[in-house]
Amino acid sequence: MSAVTETTRPDTVVRANPTRDTWNVLTRELRPVVRDPFSLIFSLVQPLIFLGLFAPLLVGNSGQPVGETLQWFVPGVLVMIVLFGTGATGSNLQYEMMTGSHERTLVAPLARSSLLVGRALKEIAPIVVQALIILAVAWPFGFSINVPGLLIGVALLAVFGVGLGALSYTLALKTKDREWLFWGVQQTLIFPLLILSGMLLPLDDAPAWMQAVATVNPINWVVQAERALIAGDLGNSAVLWGWVSALVLALLGLWAGIRAMRKSS
Amino acid sequence: MANEPIIEAQGLTKRFTVKKKTVEAVTDLTFQVARGELVAFLGPNGAGKSTSLRMLTTLIPPTSGTARVVGFDILKRPADVRARIGYVGQLTSGSFAQRARDELLSQGAFYGMGKAESKKRADELIESLDLSGFANRSVQQLSGGQKRRLDVALGLMHAPPLIFLDEPSTGLDPQSRANLWQHILDLRQKYGTTIFLTTHYLEEADRYAERVMVMDKGRVIADDTATRLKANLAGDVLTFGFTSEKDAAAAVAVIQRLTDREVRRAEESVVLTAPEGDALLPAAVRALDAAGLQATRATGVPPTLDDVFLALTGRTLREAGEGEPVDEPENEEPVAERGAPSPRRNAEAAEQPETEKTGAGR
Repeated sequence: MSAVTETTRPDTVVRANPTRDTWNVLTRELRPVVRDPFSLIFSLVQPLIFLGLFAPLLVGNSGQPVGETLQWFVPGVLVMIVLFGTGATGSNLQYEMMTGSHERTLVAPLARSSLLVGRALKEIAPIVVQALIILAVAWPFGFSINVPGLLIGVALLAVFGVGLGALSYTLALKTKDREWLFWGVQQTLIFPLLILSGMLLPLDDAPAWMQAVATVNPINWVVQAERALIAGDLGNSAVLWGWVSALVLALLGLWAGIRAMRKSS
Repeated sequence: MANEPIIEAQGLTKRFTVKKKTVEAVTDLTFQVARGELVAFLGPNGAGKSTSLRMLTTLIPPTSGTARVVGFDILKRPADVRARIGYVGQLTSGSFAQRARDELLSQGAFYGMGKAESKKRADELIESLDLSGFANRSVQQLSGGQKRRLDVALGLMHAPPLIFLDEPSTGLDPQSRANLWQHILDLRQKYGTTIFLTTHYLEEADRYAERVMVMDKGRVIADDTATRLKANLAGDVLTFGFTSEKDAAAAVAVIQRLTDREVRRAEESVVLTAPEGDALLPAAVRALDAAGLQATRATGVPPTLDDVFLALTGRTLREAGEGEPVDEPENEEPVAERGAPSPRRNAEAAEQPETEKTGAGR
């Protein structure tokens, strides 16, 4: 009798469809951003502080003109947006796991992969908006932006952001309600990655071991690629390595994230 | 087909491994629920109510046994089950960062509803659940009662034939609780939804549920209507007062002729516990009159489900809830994940009924 039910029932209910589900998750995630766009500005505070307080020190130390220093420094700040903002996005999911709405989405007929991919794709929106704001703020101080390079650079940031965001969500899914663990791991990783990417200070004078570690730090390659792209040096080999790094990170992040989401309950 | 039970659980069992110790949260759960029923799982904290619900809603797989929910096997066809049920968990269904109406619209999209259909349904639910004034506020800004009504609205968005509610009124003040129940009953009347809920509030199960399954230590120990449970397992307490101990002693014999339950004298009073005490009380008074014994006082106190629980387990619900809670880590894996249970979903044991559960800081 039950078998008959399954086959003869006029079935109008929804079935999981990863593409549509991803779109629906993405739309939901974007709603608070659209409702309250100023939230994007607040998460820019950290990069803006580095731009306002750290860049002058760099200018003073290097003895080079402001424009030239910014040409070197601003691409790194763009990557910093992703590192600080997107790297922490898992805490939003963690909060929803603790308050209960994540559980609701798990009972909904959504593909598990979509719950992760939709969230990771959403990260592109703040990254693009924030990158453009940083560039607009820094631009009057005089540095040149190559437009095709900028477009490719923003696309690279987006791919990098999807990867880092997915990893941040993975961390949230793994640490569950242990916020201290999430932030502990996140903070422990973020500063070494930041310093070993040559984002704040050049690594040219760094000891050999630091340079060796930096060589395998994907963020270092993304930073170098951004510098080359915004300066218009599109054929630089760093661009290729930046893309390889970002794509590998994105694939790794999505794979780990989807796996963790499937185990979530 | 319409007669097929909407829930059919067969030997559902869930074991968790916590610190190398196996804990059986739910043992051999077997029952059926017919379409349109309003059923309550009643039991103390840690009895296994939430774990049972989480298995039936496909959130966690059972260790053994299976169930068919809305006609589909929870293990083989979880997606089909999910598409046809509503679920209101113990915590807040709406994301704190989202606006109430936005969450309803997202929920509609998740269940494959078109934009216009979602909007219409959302407005309808906002109206009927008294959320009109707050629909454009963020969930974070809503009060406990408003959050809970939104949770119910989210659970009903796709008009499921069956909705699961995990402790829907825990943490609400009595007024909000009564209000929420009014909404649930209205919606049931309107849409004919089958309602399956858990509660540890006796009055709630007593007053609203048509059928009560009493759960203790992972097992269903009684399953009947509240009225029949009370009549069969507890009974009304009847007390008659007299002017002297001699009269009371004489009355014991008179009343004992009317019932097979034990009739006792306590000083100048006579006490007994019997089913259908409401009928026995006037009959006893008449018999006493006929025997020339004048009762100066007569009271009949109907039983509560707590008396039922006491009769079944030897403990009151409160004692059971405060006693050693069954650890219920609710980890998905029956084997502990690196030995670290998640206390997050250990809600049945950790919950504090007097604090607002949806409040910040959880």
